[in-house]
Amino acid sequence: MYKKIGILAILCSAFGLFIGLGSFTFIYGKGYSYLKDDPKACVNCHIMKDQYDSWSKSSHHAVATCNSCHTPENIYYKYFNKAENGFNHGWKFTTGKYKDPIRIRPHNFDIAVKSCLKCHGQLMNAGTHETQLLEGRSCVQCHRDVGHSH
Amino acid sequence: MNKKHLVLVVIGFAIIGVGIGFLATDIAIKKNEQKNPFFHAVEIGELEDDPAVWGKNFPLQYDSYSRTVDQVRTKHGGSESIPRMPSSADPRDFVSQDKLKEDPRLKVMWLGYAFSRDFREERGHAYMLEDQLFTGRQQVPQPGACLNCHASTYGTMMKLGNGDIQKGFEAMNKLPYHEAVKGVKHPVSCIDCHDSKSMSLRVTRPAFMEGIKKYKATLGVHNYDVNKTATRQEMRTFVCAQCHVEYYFKGDEKRLTFPWDKGIKGDEILKEYQENKHKDWIHAETKAMVLKAQHPEFEMFSQGVHAKSGVSCVDCHMPYQRVGAMKVTDHQARSPLLNINKSCQTCHHSPEAELLNKVETIQSRHLEMRDRALNALVEYIGDIKNALAKNADAEKIKKAQNLQREAQFLIDFVEAENSAGFHAPQEAARLMMQAMDKIREGQLLLRPALR
Repeated sequence: MYKKIGILAILCSAFGLFIGLGSFTFIYGKGYSYLKDDPKACVNCHIMKDQYDSWSKSSHHAVATCNSCHTPENIYYKYFNKAENGFNHGWKFTTGKYKDPIRIRPHNFDIAVKSCLKCHGQLMNAGTHETQLLEGRSCVQCHRDVGHSH
Repeated sequence: MNKKHLVLVVIGFAIIGVGIGFLATDIAIKKNEQKNPFFHAVEIGELEDDPAVWGKNFPLQYDSYSRTVDQVRTKHGGSESIPRMPSSADPRDFVSQDKLKEDPRLKVMWLGYAFSRDFREERGHAYMLEDQLFTGRQQVPQPGACLNCHASTYGTMMKLGNGDIQKGFEAMNKLPYHEAVKGVKHPVSCIDCHDSKSMSLRVTRPAFMEGIKKYKATLGVHNYDVNKTATRQEMRTFVCAQCHVEYYFKGDEKRLTFPWDKGIKGDEILKEYQENKHKDWIHAETKAMVLKAQHPEFEMFSQGVHAKSGVSCVDCHMPYQRVGAMKVTDHQARSPLLNINKSCQTCHHSPEAELLNKVETIQSRHLEMRDRALNALVEYIGDIKNALAKNADAEKIKKAQNLQREAQFLIDFVEAENSAGFHAPQEAARLMMQAMDKIREGQLLLRPALR
């Protein structure tokens, strides 16, 4: 009996501490802001300030936020992708081991390139931009600063 | 649940807990750093030339500044640390590679001049003063003017001129080197580029103030005052251009002068020298009145695509780096090839290996051209020497010597420029083609005499 209570106490305190520390960090680090679409969340830490600043002056800032281009359309996939990137960012920025200027990973780049087509898909069938054009290339190779510089 | 499982679960939570703890404290540290980007620890005097004192207020900048002692090679440049036996005359126990041994053609080009005695690969900023003190070129008496760019001389000049930098500059130029050097303590330091109160960039070298004024006048801008008119981005190039330029010592006053009356391109500078008949020395074998070109990085860079796009020296050679939550300029001025991510990828979104390859291809092509130009020059020097031995027509010899002077200056201008052609590849090629044409003209002139 006492043994069981002991085990329960250890489990509860370990789990409780985890929940406590976890939620403190979640609130202190503005973790909740990442669940929304406000681009300000992306500059909670300073790493993406250059991108944020240049986005706010870019041609797309009135019609597209960070999430419009950098997250997949499907809602489940969107939050899975956010969670994965969130973990990676937390890991890299805490350990300090990352390239700066930051470099986009191929998988995230793919998401961004596909996002152009969400709005500009029609354009790719027009005479000036044939679909083949995109093979091996990306829109931002030519239209570099439409989203943001850097 | 048995004991083993329990231990595993607790350990699992503990590890995640440690990770979250790290994250929370890291966020706290960075939030804190963001609040106070600057700590005022000491008062910095208006003439304070000791970088360690500035370093108390700006430890991050000072830390990277101190790293210019590093000696690292790139494929075509950079310095290598070579041990040597120190002597009483030269106490250095490490130097860089001997360029005269690496390329004996340089010695032929500079015969009769101090540079043919000792010329090593340049090292980082930290070594500028000791490398000048102990170079073999000191066997020939040198003027105090040399110190303009080998020591922190802002305070020195202000003291010599009793608060008038212009007067101090003129006084220092005239002094014999070994006397002038007593007034300096440090290699280039914070005060040479920064205002001690506002920390903003400031040009402190009168030679550049005069030079840029002359150059701007050729562009139709008169009475240009660099410290009043230049933008911040321009200053990020101009503070470097106080020294990384072609110069000469004018007259008996040994006034450090930038030959920018007609412009800053190699051939425009040569035109000025042809008019003012300045000579650095008489070539030992051909008796031609020749010129030495010195590190014209600013002039050459200004002709390239990066300058035309508004990029400054500092953007690539001292890029921003992130230290904690702070963004600071990396004061370890060095080759961008050693830091491609920060130097190039801010603008160029290609992989590092691809960018490196692009630069090295440009440099390799450039060096192939430089090799051919140097070969032609050495051959031409031999031709003039032979023509002299054969007592060829004096008028023709004079013309041939003048052509050597011109060709040699243009080749040296390209050779002395520290970027292996990268700063402006086509401009470098253009100058070398001019030089080759002059050599061809000279060889045709001497052909009858050498038959």
